[in-house]
Amino acid sequence: MDFSLSEEQTLLRDSVRKFVEKGYDFEARRKLAQSELGFSREHMSSFADLGWTSIPFSEADGGLGGTAVDTMVVMEELGRGLVTEPYFPSVVFAGGLLRRASSALKAQHLPGLMAADRLAAVAYAELGARFDLFHVEMRAQKTVSGYLIDGTKIGVLGGPSANVLLVTARTSGNTRDRQGITLFAVDAASAGVTRKNYPTVDGLRGADVTFQNVEVDASCVIGEVGEGLALLEAAVDEAIIALGAEAVGIMEVLYKSTLAYVKERRQFGVPIGSFQVLQHRIVDMFMEYEQMKSMVLMATMAIDSGQDVAKAAAALKVQLGKAGRTIGQSAIQVHGGMGMTDELPVSHYFKRLTTLDMTFGNADHHLSRYMTLSA
Amino acid sequence: MHLEYDEKERAFRDEVRAFVAANLPPEIREKTDRGHPLSKNDHVRWQKILHKQGWAAPNWPVEHGGTGWTTTQMHIFSDEMGAAGAPPVIAFGVSMVAPVIYTFGNDAQKKRFLPDILASNVWWCQGYSEPGSGSDLASLSTRAVRDGDHYVVNGIKAWTTLAQHADWIFCLVRTDPNAKKQQGISFLLIDMKTPGVTVHPVITMEGDHEVNETHFEDVRVPVENLIGVENQGWTYAKYLLTHERTTVANMGSIKRTFARLKREAAKVPVGDTTLLKTPTYARKVADLEIQITALEYTVLRILSQVARGGAPGAESSLLKIRGTEIQQAVTELVLEAAGYHAMPFVGEGGAAVGATFTARAAANYFNYRKVTIYGGSSEIQKGIITKAILGL
Repeated sequence: MDFSLSEEQTLLRDSVRKFVEKGYDFEARRKLAQSELGFSREHMSSFADLGWTSIPFSEADGGLGGTAVDTMVVMEELGRGLVTEPYFPSVVFAGGLLRRASSALKAQHLPGLMAADRLAAVAYAELGARFDLFHVEMRAQKTVSGYLIDGTKIGVLGGPSANVLLVTARTSGNTRDRQGITLFAVDAASAGVTRKNYPTVDGLRGADVTFQNVEVDASCVIGEVGEGLALLEAAVDEAIIALGAEAVGIMEVLYKSTLAYVKERRQFGVPIGSFQVLQHRIVDMFMEYEQMKSMVLMATMAIDSGQDVAKAAAALKVQLGKAGRTIGQSAIQVHGGMGMTDELPVSHYFKRLTTLDMTFGNADHHLSRYMTLSA
Repeated sequence: MHLEYDEKERAFRDEVRAFVAANLPPEIREKTDRGHPLSKNDHVRWQKILHKQGWAAPNWPVEHGGTGWTTTQMHIFSDEMGAAGAPPVIAFGVSMVAPVIYTFGNDAQKKRFLPDILASNVWWCQGYSEPGSGSDLASLSTRAVRDGDHYVVNGIKAWTTLAQHADWIFCLVRTDPNAKKQQGISFLLIDMKTPGVTVHPVITMEGDHEVNETHFEDVRVPVENLIGVENQGWTYAKYLLTHERTTVANMGSIKRTFARLKREAAKVPVGDTTLLKTPTYARKVADLEIQITALEYTVLRILSQVARGGAPGAESSLLKIRGTEIQQAVTELVLEAAGYHAMPFVGEGGAAVGATFTARAAANYFNYRKVTIYGGSSEIQKGIITKAILGL
């Protein structure tokens, strides 16, 4: 057992950290988040030049053949910078699905994803599905040469800028059947695809996407027809674990900046850190942060060793929700009125932690899932 | 000992309920229903409707336009207002500065200010906190220096809520820099149109413009705007802080938002059932309902003490702490119920039409982090209770 980063991983961490510290100060981030696009294409290109966008893909596919630990290292540092570039939705999440696709599909999509001149997003959530991945009403009707897709997806993270949308649609069965779900890679520019784009409450970009009789070729099916759910579940579990790493980066910033604040902010003639009621609050933040970090390491190594990833991801997500609440709410409370303002970074980190709890199902959802997986 | 309202109180409740049902403009009710911020006009419009009925300031003495209600009636009133989705009274005029004016002000000040507050002709805001003094209010440093028959005011007031709408501000200012902290503070009324007063918006994390920083640069304030005695302002401010004891829990609005939460969670599908029937969520809802009951009966118990002439002390801090924690818990459960539907950013004016109750779920969750911070943070309130019960 070894929890230390390798020399290469340390170099990778330092390289992402350097980018965040040098080129991504908070005001720069604010400008990006408020821009039309919500991020910088140049930054995405730099990520490609530095090799970060090639990490999850095998050498045979033209990637770097990185491990889940490598992805964790990148995501944690991006979390520290509250980076808005769609590295997660395109490279980690959509990339995680495409890695499992046919050679033809990989050859078609991965080079663009790695070069970051093309972006991808996964459209899986539906109205009324809540957090159930298998709740798919959207239909894919067989035609002579392929399929006709019809339906609406909501909350597509990175959806507005995506060139390719990975979509779950039902090729057989009923809305809540686990069988009969098929994954398609759909060109976002296809006739019949309409996007309703919006900024999300954490400053990122999302879209609700409507597919109206969208024609897709049979070659666009990812994996086997009707067997898409298992693929999606595997990719989502890995994505959850990557988001856990992002959360660790965010929690570290919140914990440390709150710690610094109580030392410097004076009330009643003394630093507020001298009050025990605040001291214990900071200690709770510290303890939750440390345990979150442990959960992410555990779950990340579960991916790399092929162990019970589903259960690890569920457990991590429960800890993310719990720790996120404790750390986020405490950071605001201890910062007082200043913590409420848009001006201070702390509120932005808090907001992102809040949406991370929601993404892929909140702590309650994953607690139930954990119970089912343990039964 | 009896738990229920008596016959007269029930009749009063029905009267209030019927009045609100008949007179609350539906477009205002819809906004509060959806958790959207109300405009200045919404507040003024409703307050004027209440004024016509003689209910604009229930807590005031009858001679100044109050209702002469018992404390139980006042509780019933605010409960019904909240339950019906009426706009909450913007406290600064009616509930905050007015009691100070009619208790400590002179006759000329009463005549000049109270009628306009009652009729909602003038919007007030509060100038207490400063950038350097949040929880430690008495450390404030805005200076007022006497110059003939004027004070010259210099300084910055922080978190001036809705100052962008305000015609007047009541301020705590330092008039004696050499006195001990709490001494040397005066209570001054300042016309916002006076040269040298500037309002700077502060955007809070949900993206709304609710608070401001108000700057004073050589602002000349007539001495006649001083309330009571110079350097005695802290006494008046303390009186004001404990004045609104039982409404601090915000029972009416808690009960309304909680009822709405249950209604909406019953519509959120989770598989073959609904969110409200999901064990993990149902448990939290039940737990919160019990907390609300415990708080409500604590409010009622304190009310009956007050009615018998008792003076609550540490209990008002209890109500502030629990009331705000429960308000936050409601926003948290609404956010959970919303799920992905809470993800799109909805600004102050946006999506009022057609949006579901979830549209501002995240915005309200973010915004309500303030309630355990403002008006004396939970930590400060616990300090007050500590002093009282440990006898420190």
